[in-house]
Amino acid sequence: MTENADYNEIVKDHFFNPRNVGEIKDADGVGTVGNPQCGDIMTIYIKVKDNKIEDIKFKTYGCAAAIASSSIATEIVKGKTLEEAEKLTRDDVAKELGGLPAIKMHCSNLASDALREAIKDYRKKRKM
Amino acid sequence: MKKIYMDYGASTPVDKEVLKEMLPYFDEKYGNPSSIHGFGREAFDGVEDARERVAGLINAKPDEITFTSGGTESDNLAIKGVAFKNKDKRGSKGYHIITSSIEHPAVLETCKYMEKIGFNVKFLSVDKYGVVDLDELKNAISKDTFLMSIMFANHEIGTIQPIEEIGKIAKENDIIFHTDAIQAVCKTPIDANKLNVDLLSISGHKIYAPKGVGALYIKKGVKLQTISHGGGHEKGLRSSTYNSPGIVGLGKACELGKNRLEEDMAYIKSLRDSLIKKTLVIEESYLNGHPEKRLVNNAHFRFTAIEGESLNLRLDDKGIAAATGSACSSTKLEASHILLAIGLKPEEAHGSLRLTLGRITTDEEVNYVAEVLPDIVNTLRDMSPLWNR
Repeated sequence: MTENADYNEIVKDHFFNPRNVGEIKDADGVGTVGNPQCGDIMTIYIKVKDNKIEDIKFKTYGCAAAIASSSIATEIVKGKTLEEAEKLTRDDVAKELGGLPAIKMHCSNLASDALREAIKDYRKKRKM
Repeated sequence: MKKIYMDYGASTPVDKEVLKEMLPYFDEKYGNPSSIHGFGREAFDGVEDARERVAGLINAKPDEITFTSGGTESDNLAIKGVAFKNKDKRGSKGYHIITSSIEHPAVLETCKYMEKIGFNVKFLSVDKYGVVDLDELKNAISKDTFLMSIMFANHEIGTIQPIEEIGKIAKENDIIFHTDAIQAVCKTPIDANKLNVDLLSISGHKIYAPKGVGALYIKKGVKLQTISHGGGHEKGLRSSTYNSPGIVGLGKACELGKNRLEEDMAYIKSLRDSLIKKTLVIEESYLNGHPEKRLVNNAHFRFTAIEGESLNLRLDDKGIAAATGSACSSTKLEASHILLAIGLKPEEAHGSLRLTLGRITTDEEVNYVAEVLPDIVNTLRDMSPLWNR
């Protein structure tokens, strides 16, 4: 059965006008999570300077909640230190979005996971 | 903003003529059709006129029509009614039901329930177009098979099954044949007699009648056990006070549907074909379901690398109402069982879009959808990590 996903205005805004969409060709770290079989996959690209996220972009295949979560997650962590950024949880993402329908909570998880993967990738490349 | 409805497969508006016939039954002819007084009798007459009209649509006799609360109840009554009746008759012998893997949940879930309570059920596979394999069907028949339930046309991809052939097989093997024709009625000619169908489900709100009313055609001689006990309406088969306004509406909708069937089919098909042609211009877009054996109003697409809920919300933002088989729009977070049954990978199924047209769809609406759709697909692909073209 389908159910109406009742998205609030913040979610809709980030879905229809996503921030930081795209790729960073010379990214310092790239993180991809999700599974196309489940209907969502997310890639986050970061550029790091002085231990801070100087630039961040994302590409997401998925529902409105997944796209909005990616968008707001990139907005929250832009300019933050890596330590601050990796503390981002799915609840933070959902809270900033003003809440998500219960069934869509895993989408916000995806955003924080993708970010952590990107930071991990950056550290691996730098052998940190 | 424009508001364009392309989800007639989900529900239809009530036709103005239908509504006009219904209205007196709310506040003038409001008697209980079972009452013997004048108020009751005029409501009863409305119900019986409707019964004739519903029967007329599928070349049945009025006493072969039982009114229900809608398609789901019709399907439940058909399957459970026959099964429970046969269980009594057959004692402890095996009871076998054959259905398909692409049925609407009203049939699929009912059959799963029948399995749970001890019946054996065979769920037939389908080919890449969603057509049941008649050889598999024949092979599935055993001496215990007493019921087959195969939908007339699929609600998602619109594929029409070889109902006449299935009816023949059922008759040869003395098996009761039910078909869920909820999407098919008023979109394709149906002659219940010619098709050897024993039971056929109809829903009002898919054919310009209101929600909450439906019918089950029960061929004379086919015995069912009731599944709702009460005051003994509909020859004891379906107790519940007659929903006279709804029933009158269903009757009128069936009459209209019959009278304008050819005209509707030709008109809707031409618009639908134009929509398909214009949509398939989009790179890596595909039509799901059978290219010809499909409901005239159904266009079902999939687009590589994008997800259906996002697509639908963006269409909605442009005023276009559509549907998807994507997991993300379902409470189970699983892709449509129909799209998986026709062999699509989950990621292909997620990118699906169903556009279903109706008799008031216009050429301008089709053109607008065809104009807006490519931009939306491109926007979503631009943000998709799966699109690297």
